[in-house]
Amino acid sequence: MSDIQLPERLEGVEPVRSIRTFASLTYQYTPGRAASRFLKEVERKRLVGQRCPVCKKVYVPPRGSCPTDGVATEEEVELGHTGTIVSFCVVNVPFMANLMEIPYVGALIQLDGSDIPIMHLIQEVPYDEVHMGMRVEAVWVPDGEISHTLESIKYFRPNGEPDAPYDSYKENA
Amino acid sequence: MRDVAIISFAQTKHQRAVSDINEVEMLMPILGEALDGAGVKKDRVDFVCSGSSDYLAGQPFSFVMSLDAFGPWPPISESHVDMDGAWAVYEAWVKMQAGKADIALVYAYGKSSPGDIRKVLSRQLDPYYLGPLWVDPVSLAALQARVGLEAGAFSAEQMAEVAAASRRNAKANPYAQLSGDAEVAALLSEPEFVAPLRKHDCPPISDGAAVVVLAADGAARELSEHPAWIRGFDHRIEPHALGSRDLTTSVSTKQAAAKAGVGDKPVDLAELHAPFTHQELILRDALGLSDGVSINPSGGALCANPMMTAGLIRMGEAANRVTNGEASRAVAHATSGPCLQQNLVCVLEGE
Repeated sequence: MSDIQLPERLEGVEPVRSIRTFASLTYQYTPGRAASRFLKEVERKRLVGQRCPVCKKVYVPPRGSCPTDGVATEEEVELGHTGTIVSFCVVNVPFMANLMEIPYVGALIQLDGSDIPIMHLIQEVPYDEVHMGMRVEAVWVPDGEISHTLESIKYFRPNGEPDAPYDSYKENA
Repeated sequence: MRDVAIISFAQTKHQRAVSDINEVEMLMPILGEALDGAGVKKDRVDFVCSGSSDYLAGQPFSFVMSLDAFGPWPPISESHVDMDGAWAVYEAWVKMQAGKADIALVYAYGKSSPGDIRKVLSRQLDPYYLGPLWVDPVSLAALQARVGLEAGAFSAEQMAEVAAASRRNAKANPYAQLSGDAEVAALLSEPEFVAPLRKHDCPPISDGAAVVVLAADGAARELSEHPAWIRGFDHRIEPHALGSRDLTTSVSTKQAAAKAGVGDKPVDLAELHAPFTHQELILRDALGLSDGVSINPSGGALCANPMMTAGLIRMGEAANRVTNGEASRAVAHATSGPCLQQNLVCVLEGE
């Protein structure tokens, strides 16, 4: 800055060091056919995946395509409200606007009948007892509060079944 | 230099708003169509490159999600440009020149309908001086048209003739959004929209996508009876500040055309990415195209203008016409930024 020759009237004037340019844009999001179907079914307290016609894998939430084969997944498959923990983490860091009491557990859960896991919270169990292979079930919000969002499931909790054998979820572990 | 050709092209039927399906669902059918057209399965594709902008979707990293339409598992070699897909073709071509790929797939997509496109595009301007003014692309194009009209570089009649010819040509293009017969006099009697531009001087707002498959050397000869060989390829950019440019001409197009060898041999056909009528006139001049050259037989960007895609479509349309024998030497052009700031020129030839 010192090398710049300023006209006399700007001598000693505080230089501009930053400006703020505020911008706000509004968008209308199109989830698409597959995600719309999934969310509509969540509203009816159902979890629905889609099967790839080539590799037969069932994806949830469905995106309308198979990432392996790049083909449309049109066959719908209703999934259980139970599943298996294939991985988990114990969160000890409070996030902004986080309503959870720490530590809490976030887990990848492979729903029965599907081939890829979804992510959700694990509750009603001490965090240090959560483990891979643990069988869990969805706990939904009260029926009157269910809407087209995965927040309609409050969390998953152990359902008391014996652990799933490793082979049943090893592809996602 | 390796011989690289466009061997397949597919595009969506462009529409004002595709509101029932997302980008992946929009892309998937034409990705399949382009691969079928090339006669290959996706496992033979060595490199995938895409062009799109997250500002259109309003979602960060939306282009990563679009890969689900191709299928990136097991992992693939991939890249992306936040530009028109024509520049993704350039990246793929460089990769192929380096011997890193024999078959490449390039796709581009743009849905303008989720947001207010004139506001969204104002975000590409510098954040200090123009961004805070929210100058939109139609106003910037109008400033350019005014300069050209006042300088006598072109006339309002010539601009209307471009619009009429584009729509007439688009009658034979099933993917176009606008087409029909329009009299120049009738167009000129329309009120001004953003003066001196009338509506017919401006592109439609479009949602759409396109895909090309490229192949090098033996792979191109194996897969295509009539590959559209890329014989010249270059792109150039001008400064960001509009005041420092001569808006009546396109110096960057002239330079790219010279580097690509446009004038070395006669040109039969040109697909020009001119979203505004006066820009086609500027480009014809900058490329040195004679009166006999068929300009935008597809109808051009004035008849369907999916953002980040309309330039790639020009390459595909030109390549198709080389492949089917309609042209033996064609020029494809793509532009990016306000008032033809950046320009890409590609020369395509038959055997």
